[in-house]
Amino acid sequence: MTTQPQGPSQSEEKIGVYVCHCGSNIAGTVDVAEVREWAGQRLAGRGVTVARDYKFMCSSLGQELIEKDIKEQGLSRVVVAACSPHLHEGTFRTACGRAGLNPYLCELVSIREQVSWVHTDKHAATDKAKAVVSGGVERVRHHVPLVPLRVAIHPDTLVVGGGIAGIQAALELADAGKKVYLVERDPSIGGHMAQFDKTFPTLDCAACILTPRMVSAGNHPNITLLTWSEVTEVHGYVGNFTVKIRQRARHVKTELCTGCGICQEKCPKKVIDDVYEAGLGYRKAVYTPFPQAVPKYPVIDVENCTYFRKGTCRACEKLCPTGAIDFAQKDEVLTVQVGNIILATGYDLFDPQRVTQYGYGRLANVFTSLEFERLTNAAGPTNGAIVLRDGKTVPKSVGIIHCVGSRDRNFNNYCSAICCMQSLKFAHLVKERTGATVYNFYIDIRTTAKAYDEFYQRVLEEGTLFVRGRVAEVTDAARLPGEEGKLILQVEDTLAGKQRRIPVDKVVLSAGLQPRADAKATAQVFGLSCSADGWFIEKHPKLDPVATMTEGVFIAGCVSGPKDIPASVAQGSAAAARVLSTIDKGEITLEPVRASINATQCSGCRICNTLCPFGAISFLEADRVSEVNPALCQGCGTCVAACPAGAISGTGFSNDQVLSQIEGLLMLNVAYA
Amino acid sequence: MVDQEHFEPVIIGFTCNWCSYRAADLAGTARVKYPPNIRLIRLMCSGRLDPTFVLKALAGGADGVLITGCHPGECHYLEQNYKALRRFLLLRRTLVAMGLEPARVRLVWASAAEGVKLAHEIETMVAEIRALGPLRWGHNGTASDSAHDTHAYAMAGQEVSP
Repeated sequence: MTTQPQGPSQSEEKIGVYVCHCGSNIAGTVDVAEVREWAGQRLAGRGVTVARDYKFMCSSLGQELIEKDIKEQGLSRVVVAACSPHLHEGTFRTACGRAGLNPYLCELVSIREQVSWVHTDKHAATDKAKAVVSGGVERVRHHVPLVPLRVAIHPDTLVVGGGIAGIQAALELADAGKKVYLVERDPSIGGHMAQFDKTFPTLDCAACILTPRMVSAGNHPNITLLTWSEVTEVHGYVGNFTVKIRQRARHVKTELCTGCGICQEKCPKKVIDDVYEAGLGYRKAVYTPFPQAVPKYPVIDVENCTYFRKGTCRACEKLCPTGAIDFAQKDEVLTVQVGNIILATGYDLFDPQRVTQYGYGRLANVFTSLEFERLTNAAGPTNGAIVLRDGKTVPKSVGIIHCVGSRDRNFNNYCSAICCMQSLKFAHLVKERTGATVYNFYIDIRTTAKAYDEFYQRVLEEGTLFVRGRVAEVTDAARLPGEEGKLILQVEDTLAGKQRRIPVDKVVLSAGLQPRADAKATAQVFGLSCSADGWFIEKHPKLDPVATMTEGVFIAGCVSGPKDIPASVAQGSAAAARVLSTIDKGEITLEPVRASINATQCSGCRICNTLCPFGAISFLEADRVSEVNPALCQGCGTCVAACPAGAISGTGFSNDQVLSQIEGLLMLNVAYA
Repeated sequence: MVDQEHFEPVIIGFTCNWCSYRAADLAGTARVKYPPNIRLIRLMCSGRLDPTFVLKALAGGADGVLITGCHPGECHYLEQNYKALRRFLLLRRTLVAMGLEPARVRLVWASAAEGVKLAHEIETMVAEIRALGPLRWGHNGTASDSAHDTHAYAMAGQEVSP
């Protein structure tokens, strides 16, 4: 009543099945000996000639077991039932290769992630493991020997984002003699770090340590700096990306501009600077965001420029000593070839207006952390004076609220990592510069990195008051004497076990970090995926934190989650090191998972032509058949599934392989208790 | 006869290498529990899903098929999950016309971060199909019991006693 699966007849293949215990990870739930015995007996007719179980198949002894059987028993196929192929597929393929078997004749099936770790019923788990093994055995019979694709690596690299992580990555590569395109959306590189005053825990000034790096990146002969620019399209694959970059018109001829600043001085149009000055200060319509900007050339903000709005003014043009102003400049699209891409596009600050009970935007003297950074910055709107919104009153008491928008089920569940240290830094600066009473309202103090806890102890000794509890409300409605004209923080002090009302002059909200508002769109341009929170997903959270699932695209800094400056810099360097290794090797090998079209079977219907988003399929007019360009094919297999003639086959995931695996998986009807 | 009271469905799940297979890995790493009724197959993309695979699974004895892929807009291959969606909708219409309950073939988007979601979807699907009862397409229209087992014996080259 049933049909034999198609494919090689039983006598042709000699298959070895290896069931891993993974210590007790698998063996604790799956009866591995039973699976091994079952495979050896029941699947003997399907070509299984060797079945073994072993404590740790991935150990060198486990691998040697396979190699020995290939050599001595002449195995032609290998199935390993162990962990996820994403973990150890490479290990077992390499082992097969060492023993002279084509690595692609090995199949790793997951009985750990998909069986022992997710099921509790031992009997059912053992039966499912058998089914999974038989699926693997049926599938492996249809494997064909493959040779990995070798791809040459273009030696140039694209770094997207000119914050500290991107700058670090670009400099590492450039110093190693490699060409880099550093693309930044804003008029200057520097990122968030350029907005800060002091950096914790050492309190060295952010500009003092950042500016030299910015200048190096700006002057480096190997770095092509593309500010006021955005990546619009990415095509190709690792080693050979074609990237389109839209360079917005600066309306300033950079070859003539000397950066003298006369245009900014003379421009009559003042604009609230809600990017660099966090809305606390003004800039002109022609501007560089800050004095140390790299490059030094200003941009004209077309939306606010009087000439662009009303057709008159042209003050900058008249007064520019070198004639560098060019109102007619148009956006340009550059196309560059690169081998690798590093994304360091950073984060957005959580908008504390969403936490309505803290009154940001409603109560004048509630500030965000970024506003406070600008206030303390000597080059900021108040020249470093810590004052209230009126611009002159020095506060006598300041409340700093931690975890605003972080560790909060209503907003973001995650810890933003930097807010504790940032809040401690603020407390220190307020104390130092105003002598005001400072309260820190915290849930937990997390000061885990080097010299962080020492800084906490120092702030404690300076007399900053710490109240453990999440602030319920910030209000200006005075109820008790002494509260008039103040901001009152209503909080449950969870250490004292009582409700408190603490009146202060000023409140700083230590807002958390969140993914860029356009992170999803960016992910799409570069073919990456985002976590549920919106951070980019690393290839492995511990062992491969700067690589992504997309070969040739790396990530660094806050783009994958909140990080402080040292961690961002480390990731910038790490990503550069990963890129350097591929450049120096000159080529990388890729999985040979590709589609190909059998010309004699192709009817020329062209259904597949429009399905490929990579433009890998073209129609040969002369022969009236379609053809796949293996260099462009990414191996998704959509065309394989669509071909009505069955003329397209996909290596690694052929119809025979999948259909046989289905049969194998269904071989055993699991009887549950 | 199949014991209706203790019927346990077998579901074949197709996963995308980049999202849902990793979601399954994540569910494992996080020790999220779900019923053992599902058996997963890894494809490179949900766009690889040939409708034949679903028919093959149902004809081969599966009581349901779960198709999973990246969320719309998040396809590793840009837009192939939309093609999977198109095929799924057409296929389900055909299957329903053939008398199949729509709940037996299901499409779920699960990103690499959604191990818990995938486990939950599997759990829901198993419960629904358990309530629907066996499909029996794999029984060649006859109601003989343990057809899977006879299948297994046949495949293993052993004698089948009817």
